[in-house]
Amino acid sequence: MNYGPLIFLAAFFALASSWCGFVLTPQLQIGRLQQTNTAGSGATTYPVARPGFAHQGLEVYRANGCAYCHSQQVGQTGTLLDIALTDAGTNQAATIAALLKLAEASTNQPAVIAALAPLEAIRANASDATLLNGLPKALFRSSTRAAANAAVKALNATSAKAQLWIVPVGPDLARGWGRRRTVAEDFLFDSSVMPGSQRVGPDLANVGARQPDANWHLLHLYAPQLQVKGSTMPPYRFLFEKRQIKLRPSPEALVFPAEMAPASGYEVVPGPAAKALAAYLVNLRADAPLFNAPMTLPAAAATSNATNAPAAQGMTSTNADTANAPAK
Amino acid sequence: MSVMSSPSQPSPAGTGGLVPAPIRPAAIDLSCRLPLVVLFLSAGMWLLAASAFGLIASIKFHAPGFLADCAWLTYGRVRPAGSDALLYGFSMQAGLGVALWMLARLGRTTLAAPWLVIDGALCWNLGVAAGLFGILTGGSTGFENLEMPAYAAVLIFLGYLMIAVWGAITFHRRRERQLFVSQWFLFAALFWFPWIYSTANLLLLGFRVRGMAQAVIAWWYSDNLLVVWLGLVGLAAIFYFVPKLTSRELHSRYLALLTFWMLILFGSWGGIPASAPVPAWIPVLSAVATVLGVVTIIAVALNVRGTLQGKCSKLMGHPSLQFIGFGLIAFIVSGAASAATAFAGVNQITQFTWFTVARDFLNSYGFFSMVIFGAIYYIVPQLIGLEFPSSKLVRVHFWTAATGTLLFVVPLAVGGIAQGLKLQQANIPFTDVARGTLPFLRASTLGDLLIGLGHLMFLANLGGLVIGFYQARAVSAWVEATTEIKPAEARP
Repeated sequence: MNYGPLIFLAAFFALASSWCGFVLTPQLQIGRLQQTNTAGSGATTYPVARPGFAHQGLEVYRANGCAYCHSQQVGQTGTLLDIALTDAGTNQAATIAALLKLAEASTNQPAVIAALAPLEAIRANASDATLLNGLPKALFRSSTRAAANAAVKALNATSAKAQLWIVPVGPDLARGWGRRRTVAEDFLFDSSVMPGSQRVGPDLANVGARQPDANWHLLHLYAPQLQVKGSTMPPYRFLFEKRQIKLRPSPEALVFPAEMAPASGYEVVPGPAAKALAAYLVNLRADAPLFNAPMTLPAAAATSNATNAPAAQGMTSTNADTANAPAK
Repeated sequence: MSVMSSPSQPSPAGTGGLVPAPIRPAAIDLSCRLPLVVLFLSAGMWLLAASAFGLIASIKFHAPGFLADCAWLTYGRVRPAGSDALLYGFSMQAGLGVALWMLARLGRTTLAAPWLVIDGALCWNLGVAAGLFGILTGGSTGFENLEMPAYAAVLIFLGYLMIAVWGAITFHRRRERQLFVSQWFLFAALFWFPWIYSTANLLLLGFRVRGMAQAVIAWWYSDNLLVVWLGLVGLAAIFYFVPKLTSRELHSRYLALLTFWMLILFGSWGGIPASAPVPAWIPVLSAVATVLGVVTIIAVALNVRGTLQGKCSKLMGHPSLQFIGFGLIAFIVSGAASAATAFAGVNQITQFTWFTVARDFLNSYGFFSMVIFGAIYYIVPQLIGLEFPSSKLVRVHFWTAATGTLLFVVPLAVGGIAQGLKLQQANIPFTDVARGTLPFLRASTLGDLLIGLGHLMFLANLGGLVIGFYQARAVSAWVEATTEIKPAEARP
């Protein structure tokens, strides 16, 4: 290696190969992804572009570097199969007998098939037949396809109708951060894409599904510790305006618990950036079933799986909700 | 120079007879003096900015409300501002200075067009300043290590070209045809950056690609900058200074060749996290390449060990060697940590934790910046012909920087692993996981403080030397200009 051109060629070849591998090919494969259909019944297109206001929120998210503390990538370690009963059938005694047999199998081989309720509860429910109430519901969980198929077959033999439900699992999903792993399609309409590299704060891939109330997010941005006890998040007070109440209080003013309230005659109003950011956070949900990330949604939840579903306003899941009602 | 083959050897290039006589080191240093002083001094200034921003970001883990009312100083802006000031302001700028000097000295020729290099340095610094301003005002691009907005990127790109072109011309004009290993690394580094920087900026900010392809390209860029570019320049300095300062021959040219090939072939394929939500072949290929990076580390370690003939205590002999020795160890440890975290099982725990921050800092600061400090402490007295005002401060800087780096890296690595293990247990509430990292983060603030203190010492010493030198020259020029002409001399 005593020639300049030789070194140049070596470096050129090395960088060109990596350029083709990690710039060109991903662009040909991921960069050309198109909208796809969701898996399962009632297929819709996925993903749907974010509404304009939420898209502005993405710019606020980028400008303030939210991605340095929050990832938007849910991982999954595998999938399990739930054996769900959809119809009890006409011969309920036979169905219950088959279920009890499965329960017995789950005590013998807990690694292969597991009962989703304690065995005593299943037996007690079986005796007064409440086991068959509230269908469809998942009763057993299996780690192997063969065992799950055998269980479904045994149940279907009794005039009952059973199904396999695909259930992604993993620590992230167990935390309630999502229903399935994040895939490249989830970011199709975002730019800049910020999947994040740190979990100083929780994963936000599905924060809109967990916390669909924009007012909750506004108060959380203004005073994080008020909404989440012990949070380490810094407040983003600069996105809000603290001002003197003019003729009448603004309907958008944040509603605080008494001990945190601003001095009388003052109110805290979210600025445009805060409102856009809250709209973006509410819009963040990547939980539609896809063919490359399959899962079966329980029937109750299957109705609102579209990314763009309007946030259910006033869904009460926090202690601060009452405090967030519009100002009087 | 013991590292060079003897100039009397017949040159394998066959042009030995046509090559003009080598230029004396003193003349080479004179040609490098002003551009390098500009590069090193401005790099030192950015160090202070990086420390200040890093400290602000760190304090936010003691008190989340600290400076919270100021949009410019929110965590998500000061953190990238600090890391970019360190990376583009100090590491790359000072690295370029060291590279130019090594190219000139190894080629036994003067630096080509020193004034244009100074212009390049000014352009580069303008770009860094504009970029930091952009980040602090909310113009960040959102891609890690590429946060500077497009207008700053243009300046940085032009500044780099103006410096690197003259580096390449200096290399071309060399009067010593036999190439030393460091020259391979430096020549490859010179054009590596323009390629990756233009690709990343064009595809991420200009003609934007869609969806996750953006993230893949951003990861590719980060890896090529932090692993390959910093690796090429840092290893060039290690291969140059370790033999030179210990007065030995480099142990093996072939091991160095292996290092070179492994670094450019496999280093450039790393960087995609195993958990990335992209088609599986991308992270898998990246993991394989990262694990193969172990060969690079082993080859470097064997080569240095052979050069020192097993007497590693020799690295403590010279202040510059202390820095370079520390950098070498950090290179080995961070490379090993990268290879370990490339495995899916380990990555499952370390991903999204402070461990990755500790690992990357050990590479970019513990390895690269420390090696560059060592090189600057050797080069600047050569350029100016004076010793540093306080050689004691150089040693104190070493111990401060080494302790600071350890105090930063070790708590974050340990805290990161604890954080990762807790994240695996879904029954531990997330708030508890986050609060569990706070003691470690707060301990690392101490590391930040020590590192910042070291930067002050570095700048004081460097500034003192340069100011002292130019003051003396100005004084002597003034004295010369104002000396009364004695009547005896005026008489014809």
